[in-house]
Amino acid sequence: MAQAAAVAKPPAPPRRRRASATPRRLPYLLIAPAALLMLGFIAYPVISVFYYGLQNYNPTKPWRNGYAGFDNFVRIFTDDPQFWDTLVFSAKWVLVEVGLQLLLGLALALIVNQTFVGRALGRALVFSPWAVSGVLTSAIWVLLYNSQTGITRYLADMGIGDYGTSWLSDTTTVFPAAIVADLWRGVPFFAILILADLQSVSKDLYEAAEVDGASRLKQFWHITLPHLKDAIVLSTLLRAVWEFNNVDLLYTLTGGGPAGETTTLPLYIANTSVDAHDFGYASALTTVAFVVLLFCSMVYLRLSKFGGESK
Amino acid sequence: MITKEATPAAPAPARVAPEPPRPAKHRRSWDEVPRWQIYLPLSVYLLFTLIPFYWILLFALRPAGSTSLVPWPVTFDHFEKVWTERDFGTYFGNSVLVGVATLVMTTVVALAGGYALARFDFKIKRGFMLALLCSQFVPGALLLVPLFEIFANIQMINSLGSVIIAETVFQLPLSMILISNFIKNVPYSLEEAAWVDGCNRMRAFRVVVLPLLRPGLIAVGSFAFVHSWNHFLFALMFLNNPDKQTIPVGLNTLMSADSVDLGALAAGGIIAAVPVVIVFAFIQKWLITGFSAGAVKG
Repeated sequence: MAQAAAVAKPPAPPRRRRASATPRRLPYLLIAPAALLMLGFIAYPVISVFYYGLQNYNPTKPWRNGYAGFDNFVRIFTDDPQFWDTLVFSAKWVLVEVGLQLLLGLALALIVNQTFVGRALGRALVFSPWAVSGVLTSAIWVLLYNSQTGITRYLADMGIGDYGTSWLSDTTTVFPAAIVADLWRGVPFFAILILADLQSVSKDLYEAAEVDGASRLKQFWHITLPHLKDAIVLSTLLRAVWEFNNVDLLYTLTGGGPAGETTTLPLYIANTSVDAHDFGYASALTTVAFVVLLFCSMVYLRLSKFGGESK
Repeated sequence: MITKEATPAAPAPARVAPEPPRPAKHRRSWDEVPRWQIYLPLSVYLLFTLIPFYWILLFALRPAGSTSLVPWPVTFDHFEKVWTERDFGTYFGNSVLVGVATLVMTTVVALAGGYALARFDFKIKRGFMLALLCSQFVPGALLLVPLFEIFANIQMINSLGSVIIAETVFQLPLSMILISNFIKNVPYSLEEAAWVDGCNRMRAFRVVVLPLLRPGLIAVGSFAFVHSWNHFLFALMFLNNPDKQTIPVGLNTLMSADSVDLGALAAGGIIAAVPVVIVFAFIQKWLITGFSAGAVKG
């Protein structure tokens, strides 16, 4: 290698020679650890999920194991009302969560982007729940929704709601209760990302708009929002995928109940594989979840024309 | 004071004033927002944010059975109980081990890969980048079964190593993309200058690039730590042995008990939050820069 370089351009300045003397294998060596880890623990599991989806595979009923063709998939679409229920609930959960988180996060980011006394403290406090885990969020809201000593009891003292029932065990209140708990932790994510992006809006634009007599609402609509667009598209997408997949909060807060009222598709899959040990069917469900997720992401990116203007 | 503010209504001084404060115009476009429009919504939101924190502190610090809304007299019984009787001492150690190991592995592996992506053109680069992005859509939760089988095959069930590997793998793609963006922001000419001065690639990287990456690496490392500290499902699935479990699993055990010991749960929650709070207090000032440098604008 070094010899070839020396023969090719002997009079080249030392800088060139050094650069070209880098072994061609170096980049491959550098990505090798990451690539191997991802092949072994992401790619291989994904492939095996696709494979098991075509199998009857249940460690507790080994006599039925074997190739199943598309039986699992046929069962999902024709004979499994729970699949449709959980899919619909997942969609509802993701849309409501991401929509509310974005609106509140955007509003908060705009507020803490202003100059005011106590801004640093305000930011720190607004962002603080972001770092809290799903399980800890559940623990906190279990304490808050507890019927004997939770906030609800004190609200009942004031005549709001009634004593004795936890909001988490009532089918009519469990959805908003879980939504609020997850909002509490999710809003800061958007606030942080949007605030970071707000810092890069050129102040000249606002000054020019000011000179032209544009109102603050107009400035927001014509300057701020277009600037934030890519960040918003990307963060809503990442968040939607994350909200769809994340089971920590619902698993620990409601366990999918009461009466399966808050079971998302991934939670249903986890139950199918962990409790029922029906790995084949769970794998087929996972495959469907992948496809749904990928399809929705593509449609979303296409509709939002992500990165359209910059390229 | 009051009279002084009232008097300038006299036209003479007011006429003089508008001329000099020209720069005030710049400031005004930002200061224009009435204060109440900032403080009112902020206060309302902060109530929503802070009451839950107060609630858990309240339960952790007041004696069991108390319904007082002020944690007084303060008791640390719940902490003692949860730390010793409920094994949170052990869980804490395990969680620290998992968090630190994940942080180190993620940062080192992502740094190597990120450097290759930032500085070289190689054949499979596009494909590799695409794989990184696609992996963002692969939910760890849905891969529990095959991952469990893999770890069972290599005899790592019930070993913290399985959780460390799983956490690292799912942290890697985003970390690598972020780090490669950070490296791209460091001018290549700086490195080349170091080569001219006789450094080899490794040394040039260490001396020139690495110090400039500090804010980015701190952000990425802290995310890796906090994510693995908080993450629940892998530990729940791969670690069955009680003395191998982590804090989130311990919290879940407390919550799913038949009659929940609220004081212990609150104290356990605070133990779970402390390291995260420390990390974030420490990285706060790097957080926004780290993000704006690499995360969103790509």
